[in-house]
Amino acid sequence: MVRLAGLKRRRNILNWAGFAVVLVAFVSYIPFFALFPATRDIPWANYLLFLVGGALIAMGVRRAFRYPERHAGRISGLVLASLSALLFAFFVVGVTYFSKQIPSAESALRVSRKAPSFVLVDTARQPVSSVDLLKHHRGLVLVFYRGYW
Amino acid sequence: MRGFERHINEFHQRGVEVVAISVDSPAESQKLCQSRGYRFPFLSDPKAETIRQYGVLHAKGGEGGKDIARPAEFLLDAGGTIRWVNLTDDIRVRASPESVLAAIDRLAL
Repeated sequence: MVRLAGLKRRRNILNWAGFAVVLVAFVSYIPFFALFPATRDIPWANYLLFLVGGALIAMGVRRAFRYPERHAGRISGLVLASLSALLFAFFVVGVTYFSKQIPSAESALRVSRKAPSFVLVDTARQPVSSVDLLKHHRGLVLVFYRGYW
Repeated sequence: MRGFERHINEFHQRGVEVVAISVDSPAESQKLCQSRGYRFPFLSDPKAETIRQYGVLHAKGGEGGKDIARPAEFLLDAGGTIRWVNLTDDIRVRASPESVLAAIDRLAL
């Protein structure tokens, strides 16, 4: 492509803005959107961000190829588009596959079974007994969680 | 966990206590509770004995092949009988406190 003398090609901001949005879509799930059940169970907010970022990059790449005399960013656009596609794929695999890699709950105790009693220490290293808790409460919710190791 | 913390008063109003159980040490749980402001008991089951008894062990699920708990919620009545259970198949998706409160009201504990 012949570049017109004196006409400086502008940096293609759409590519970089789009990639920035894709990065936000990728990294924001765990520290932010996963905190709210509405955006956690189905990560629609992150999908939406990926879509916006992808659209911006698509526009950037399109104008870089259509008007190469005015817009730079053909190579950077393709590289950023590929990176974005990779991040999106990784995100989708993470929320549809990796987060489901837990054993089946077949052996878990079911409703109407007697709950095994326990004595476990709390954060102050004081023993806490389920029998005592049930003596003083009308019910008890046990929340088992993976922990933070 | 944050959800349970936000609704903890509603559990206590119903005479129901919430406890969290994991293999984390008391010191690790204390750090977590302090940074997030959790006010209900966090209990430590380092050998995953209680976790095993409830059938919610995730063998070698932790760092370095450590046995940990899979996410699960149980509701016990005062007689120690399990009245409601939530077993997710996705570590991201947990029981909402609202659904546990609804179960408490429905079962009239």
